[in-house]
Amino acid sequence: MARQIGEVILDLKNISLRFGGVKALTDISFNVREHEIRAIIGPNGAGKSSMLNVINGVYHPQEGEIIFRGEHRKDMDTHDAAKGGFARTFQNIALFKGMSVLDNLMTGRNLKMKCNFLQHALWWGSAQKEELEHRKKVEEVIDFLEIEHIRKTPVGRLPYGLQKRVELGRALAAEPSMLLLDEPMAGMNVEEKQDMCRFILDVNDQFGTTIVLIEHDMGVVMDISDRVVVLDYGKKIGDGEPDEVKNNPEVIAAYLGTQH
Amino acid sequence: MQFFLEVLIGGLLSGVMYSLVALGFVLIFKASGVFNFAQGAMVYFAALSLVGVMGKGAPLWLAFILAFGIMTILGIATEKFVLRKMVNQAPISLFMATIGLAFFIEGLAPLLWGNDVRALEIGLVDEPIPYLLDSFNIVVSSFDLTAAGLALALVAGLALFFQFTRVGRALRAVADDHQAALSIGIPLQHIWALVWAVAGFVALVAGMLWGSRNGVQFALTFTALKALPVLILGGFTSVPGAIVGGLIIGASEKLAEIYIPPVMQSMFGGNFGGIEGWFPYVMALLFLLVRPEGLFGEKHIDRV
Amino acid sequence: MFYRETGQFKNSYAADQQVFPIRQDRVGIAILLAVAFLVVPLVAGNYWFNAIFIPFLIFALAALGLNILTGYAGQLSLGSAAFMAVGAYAAYNFQVRVEGMPILMSFILGGLTAAGVGILFGLPSLRIKGFYLAVATLAAQFFIVWCLTKFPYLSNNSSSGVISVPGVEMLGFKFDTPQSRYLLVLSIVTSMALLAKNMVRSTTGRSWMAVRDMDVAAEVIGIRLMRTKLLAFAVSSFYCGVAGALYAFCYLGSVEPDGFSLDLSFKILFMIIVGGVGSILGSFLGAAFILLLPIFLDITLPAIAGLLSLPFDSATVSHIQLMVFGALIMFFLIVEPHGLARLWQIGKEKLRLWPFPH
Ligand SMILES: Nc1ncnc2c1ncn2[C@@H]1O[C@H](COP(=O)(O)OP(=O)(O)O)[C@@H](O)[C@H]1O
Ligand SMILES: [Mg+2]
Repeated sequence: MARQIGEVILDLKNISLRFGGVKALTDISFNVREHEIRAIIGPNGAGKSSMLNVINGVYHPQEGEIIFRGEHRKDMDTHDAAKGGFARTFQNIALFKGMSVLDNLMTGRNLKMKCNFLQHALWWGSAQKEELEHRKKVEEVIDFLEIEHIRKTPVGRLPYGLQKRVELGRALAAEPSMLLLDEPMAGMNVEEKQDMCRFILDVNDQFGTTIVLIEHDMGVVMDISDRVVVLDYGKKIGDGEPDEVKNNPEVIAAYLGTQH
Repeated sequence: MQFFLEVLIGGLLSGVMYSLVALGFVLIFKASGVFNFAQGAMVYFAALSLVGVMGKGAPLWLAFILAFGIMTILGIATEKFVLRKMVNQAPISLFMATIGLAFFIEGLAPLLWGNDVRALEIGLVDEPIPYLLDSFNIVVSSFDLTAAGLALALVAGLALFFQFTRVGRALRAVADDHQAALSIGIPLQHIWALVWAVAGFVALVAGMLWGSRNGVQFALTFTALKALPVLILGGFTSVPGAIVGGLIIGASEKLAEIYIPPVMQSMFGGNFGGIEGWFPYVMALLFLLVRPEGLFGEKHIDRV
Repeated sequence: MFYRETGQFKNSYAADQQVFPIRQDRVGIAILLAVAFLVVPLVAGNYWFNAIFIPFLIFALAALGLNILTGYAGQLSLGSAAFMAVGAYAAYNFQVRVEGMPILMSFILGGLTAAGVGILFGLPSLRIKGFYLAVATLAAQFFIVWCLTKFPYLSNNSSSGVISVPGVEMLGFKFDTPQSRYLLVLSIVTSMALLAKNMVRSTTGRSWMAVRDMDVAAEVIGIRLMRTKLLAFAVSSFYCGVAGALYAFCYLGSVEPDGFSLDLSFKILFMIIVGGVGSILGSFLGAAFILLLPIFLDITLPAIAGLLSLPFDSATVSHIQLMVFGALIMFFLIVEPHGLARLWQIGKEKLRLWPFPH
């Protein structure tokens, strides 16, 4: 395999997060290594999405520490995270509904675009040139995800499965080094799931992107992830390679057990 | 000091009126998530219908019942022809639709009943209360006090209604959770129509009290608009918030109107009256910067 | 058969990103501009300039301003008229207080002043959304109009804030005919519309729409919410401000603060709802519609009443007007939330297939 799993680049230490009286996360620690695919699993309401939101600064934990590329911080800030190479998708699709697929993807690259609004208004050389350059990059993503035919369609009109794919596209357009995916295959049929798996693996393989992934389909998780962390009621109950986790009695009781 | 107290009390009493209009907003917002900009227009429409029917010779009690009937029809029509057709739209679209509704009502009301300023006599006298005048030398209008009392009685009545009747409980259930409400077995549409009728009732009481104080006229809609800053202070979903917010706005705008212009005059010269017109809005705006969730609202983090 | 992009293959992304990618649209807009700039000034009479074309263009500009804020950036404002007032009064002050100030510069400075005030009143948008913000913009509406009435300095010490603008003159040329003022307004409005179009099709516009559609996702992508929203407030207020300056200088000649009332703000809001929220074309269509509707009612209602021999007075017309406005707003929001602009687009799509229905 071309891909080589590297050092720990993201280290979460003793993270606790509360909403009023609700303890969403309690004293959770785990880490992510460069280039790996790290899965977070657990029953509904376990705190998986909250964990992802803590990682890129949408939620701010009350306790704990986040170490990203050697930098210690109390919590993350969304903007810093985006600049630091994070991109993500959301459990309930968070596309820009009124915009076309192309515009959604172009927006994904906004941090890389430098012209200001006056240059845009006048559509001077640099603004136009920049737009074209980035359009080329976005077209690469469009090719990669095989969505050429819906380039100009407003995303609100697309079927669910395609919207999920476009959302992945928007994240990829940013050329992230760290990709956070919240249930990217939920609600998809088998074929769509296979496509999505292929895209995730290809991204990881071709660009070396580190991926943190929340997924319910155990088959998929065991197949594609390098390491798995298991949450239940906001607590961590398992962490390790897929086989290890699969045989962890606590996990079987709490999570796999409840599946049947 | 006496003067200050007079202004304060006058302000608080008129603030009760703002609370009353704000209450109408809160009811509809809680039950259907619609921010009803037309509540002010409804106050105007209700008051005009009341004097209109009285002008045809009906006694107050009968006119009140008929006007309530008219408000109920208006509420049901709104639910049926507008809101029901917009169920899947963004809240902001619904809000804009109620701006359209406000215009519609503001045109319809004078078309039906004429647009001159009308006096409304409901048998309340407007005199200083003798006891307060004699013992403390403070002028407090008996009218304002009675009106405020009526308004508070209405609020209490509504609270009982929500607490102890099946329909009332259904309304509260809808406010909390639409799914749960369905299980009570009352169709959501009926509940919405009902809540519009209740809001119409509140508007009618507000319009009656206000109209008899200042005459029934188009300017009522502007006064009623001040319920919006009241809501911002109190939070959109809180009945106590609407009441407290109304009192704060009422008192502070009157105090501002009395005490700020002289200060400004000494600084810039000229006449600076009319601060009442904007003070509540600016106050709400500044308040928003400090506490966006309102006095009684809870801090809320968007779920993603 | 004739309106179709078939055969017009784009062989570069640049061609695909033009303002009007379809050739027929380009031809159409060129003809429209030619008519507006060359034919109209020759054939139209004074009534048409003063009562229709000039106010239409100015309202379209104000609607465009509001559309940038509300339609593109998703921040509802009920205070557009107040920002027009700021533009009008600021331009007036620059013009009468600064010796030799070029008129265009006054317009621009008026717009910039409005932009500054817009940013100030846009600050709450950082913490609140939707109707909360709408209420906050009401503060701008009432407070600004009050200030203009009460501070004599702002109206150059004229009584109760009424200002009468000096004549419009540029490089020795006096814009003293309706025709010349029309051409001036037309030039300003078309260029500003083009600038707006450029903004909304680039990163600036995409950031606005992203904030409008899903603010959390926008933030996660790295869009600064504060900067984006305040920029929308600034640009929008700039447009409204320039519209206000034109309103005073090229349309009415003399304005009072109360002329920029809440009613005017609503009128502009209605223009974008009817015309199309989030559409530049819609701002123009909506302005035309809302401007022409009362004129239409003024003519037809008495005629209808006459036919039915009903009693009729001008107050009745204005009441019916309110009802029609209100009903239309609700109608559009229910039936076609994207307004006339969308209907136009649907019409074009039909035309593209014509004469074959499928
Ligand atoms: N923004 C929020 N406000 C209040 N409570 C929240 C919020 N986000 C998540 N929660 C609560 O935190 C807990 C964990 O939720 P979540 O992280 O979404 O779980 P999962 O993604 O594993 O299903 C739940 O009890 C949920 O209700
Ligand atoms: Mg989740």
